[in-house]
Amino acid sequence: MKKLMLGNQAVARGAYEAGVAVATAYPGTPSTEITEFIAKYDEIYAEWSPNEKVALEVAIGASIAGGRAIVSMKHVGLNVAADPLFTASYAGVNGGLVIVVADDPGMHSSQNEQDSRLYARSAHVPMLEPSDSQEAKDYIKLAFELSETYDTPVIVRLTTRVAHSQSMVELAKPESKAFKEYVKNPKKYVMMPAMAKARHIAVEQRMEKLAKDSCQFEINKVEEGDPSIGVIASGIVYQYAKEVLPEASFLKLGMVHPLPKDLILDFASKVDKLYVLEELEPVIEEQIESWGVQVIGKELFSVQGEYSSNMIERAIKGNSVIIKEKKELPNRPPVLCPGCPHRAVFYNLKKLKLTAMGDIGCYTLGALSPLEGIDACICMGASIGMAHGFEKARGKDFSKKVVGVIGDSTFIHSGIGGLIDIVYNKGVSTILILDNSITAMTGHQDNPATGRTIKGEVVPALDLVALVKATGIHNVRVIDPFNLKESELALKEEIERDEPSVIIFKRPCALLDKSQASPLKVNEEKCTSCGLCLRLGCPAIQKKDDGIFINDALCNGCKLCTQVCRFNALEGVDY
Amino acid sequence: MKKTNILIVGVGGQGTLLTSRVLGSLACKMGYDVKVSEVHGMAQRGGSVVTHVRFGDRVSSPLIEEGRADILLAFEKMEALRWIHYLKEDGMLIVNDQAIDPMPVITGAAQYPDDILNQLVNEISNVFVINAQEIAKEIGNLRVSNSVLMGVLAQYMSIEKEDWEEVLRSIVPPKTVEDNLKAFNIGYNTRIECEEGAVNI
Repeated sequence: MKKLMLGNQAVARGAYEAGVAVATAYPGTPSTEITEFIAKYDEIYAEWSPNEKVALEVAIGASIAGGRAIVSMKHVGLNVAADPLFTASYAGVNGGLVIVVADDPGMHSSQNEQDSRLYARSAHVPMLEPSDSQEAKDYIKLAFELSETYDTPVIVRLTTRVAHSQSMVELAKPESKAFKEYVKNPKKYVMMPAMAKARHIAVEQRMEKLAKDSCQFEINKVEEGDPSIGVIASGIVYQYAKEVLPEASFLKLGMVHPLPKDLILDFASKVDKLYVLEELEPVIEEQIESWGVQVIGKELFSVQGEYSSNMIERAIKGNSVIIKEKKELPNRPPVLCPGCPHRAVFYNLKKLKLTAMGDIGCYTLGALSPLEGIDACICMGASIGMAHGFEKARGKDFSKKVVGVIGDSTFIHSGIGGLIDIVYNKGVSTILILDNSITAMTGHQDNPATGRTIKGEVVPALDLVALVKATGIHNVRVIDPFNLKESELALKEEIERDEPSVIIFKRPCALLDKSQASPLKVNEEKCTSCGLCLRLGCPAIQKKDDGIFINDALCNGCKLCTQVCRFNALEGVDY
Repeated sequence: MKKTNILIVGVGGQGTLLTSRVLGSLACKMGYDVKVSEVHGMAQRGGSVVTHVRFGDRVSSPLIEEGRADILLAFEKMEALRWIHYLKEDGMLIVNDQAIDPMPVITGAAQYPDDILNQLVNEISNVFVINAQEIAKEIGNLRVSNSVLMGVLAQYMSIEKEDWEEVLRSIVPPKTVEDNLKAFNIGYNTRIECEEGAVNI
């Protein structure tokens, strides 16, 4: 049976067909749906872990116990999970262990465009790269076989266009969950120097064998064509190239690390010009060049952003279709939703002219005009450490105006360490936890503080107040951000303190509450068009030539604007 | 059969994803090879969104390239203008006559262009303008404007109306099936609504 499937859904199906026992993840675009789809299979234990490091560690434990385990994350998540990854490479596996990492060339939803293939090279683990949903499913199953055959974790790399494209998938019957016997084996699983030295030898032997064997793997295949143009490509770029160079000779690499050297050398000897087409870093190009083979790659393309069929056609054939001129138009950046609780916090931050070290989530959008409430944003959990560093560099008085801003899920992910640091090292920062009771940006995933698992089971919710207090913070309060006055007062008080403090701004994401209040309207007699309400950056409040206007298709009736208006000109429709 | 490329553009939250899913299922049902590319994550929060639908005997890339879309289905008119360079020379534009102000316009930092429909008609010979939002309002469900647009699109595709309706039924939320079918049929039966200068095809 064939079915149209999202790449991420096909990965989940592959895990199901491979008889996976345990699936873990921390949500992150473009990888999130993998584990959401896996959670629908009753046969598989699935969890949202607090972060990617824990997710990988749970999967390693499951593998050592003898079950097949899959862990999924976005590219920057692999940075968090890099510590266990590099040593899991030495320990190898018992049940198969597959790490799915979704890169985001072009940064559709990410803070950088790092190339995960470099991780496979430096951690000495094999990496497969599918180019559509069918391959996504097939490669996951193959990855488990390779993992168990070669005693290694295997990374399967997706990019946004594979993860978030739908294509046809032929379904197969699932294998039954077969557990490997667990035998205590400290020489393999306890990685301390003496054991690790021996294991490193095994790692290099397995990678050498894999490189040799991969010349015979079906996923590395030559498609003979016109010998004047030879193309080496993998993943989505293979599809882009196939579209515009259907006549060319192709070597499609299903395994991007280690490379099938003999196969590549043979292919290179049979074509006149050899192109290596790969988004981001010249990982394959540089390796082939190091073997003394001349290739054409990054001199025609960029290490930035995505490739495209037109781009490849222009670079290689020198022609392309006629394209109409692009228009200069006002941008349409993403915005905080109408009714979003974060808006209220950023409104106050701007009003009090505070400097905010920000973090990763919907609230990063608070950096954009007109709220402009965030000064810096680097990675998950960084806001708290950065606020502390700000203070330590410039002293307490200078940093009185500095706060850290972090979401509930991000705080649990990796913010807590920063808070412990502040208390331990006598910092006085004020940290704002924006608790909207969900992991919102990635599409509403549960987390330890929501009290629900990925399967919807009710569990004890992590008590953020107790957690904060346990670090040694004495001043912690919970405030509804929609109470603007109280919030402002609390902010003023806490930043003045000579002690560290935490304000938890608690109000659920506007999209969680489906019951919409009626939209507001502008009382034209009272409105002076002063524009104060526009400072909220609410997409439902708009300035037209003849005054302020509320878009009733967008307004969710949160009434935040009524607290900002000095003339009581914003009214509920009902009264 | 040659490949068909339909680019769907709009503003996050307008229902472009549902439309691409309907088209994907439909092409799948017709036995074509299909690829659909979507945007998730940050861009969905009221940003400019685009989904690509491609089908034919064999489809390699999931993306439609600039200058190669057969049909551009625009849920918002400035988004139509933003993406018209994706249309091929003789491609067709179906545009919802609705304006949604982006944040720079809301705050007064930029102007929403006032002559968009004229610009579109000047650039493209095949333009179908329809106010799907108005029609949805009349039906009494603002969320079915995407079905109005699908109805218009269905006029220009060689897929039976019954097949469209069957797929719609299976994809939209059960409670909204009747409203969506009504909306689809209005779109399907609306003949070209010419803004001045628009050309019927």
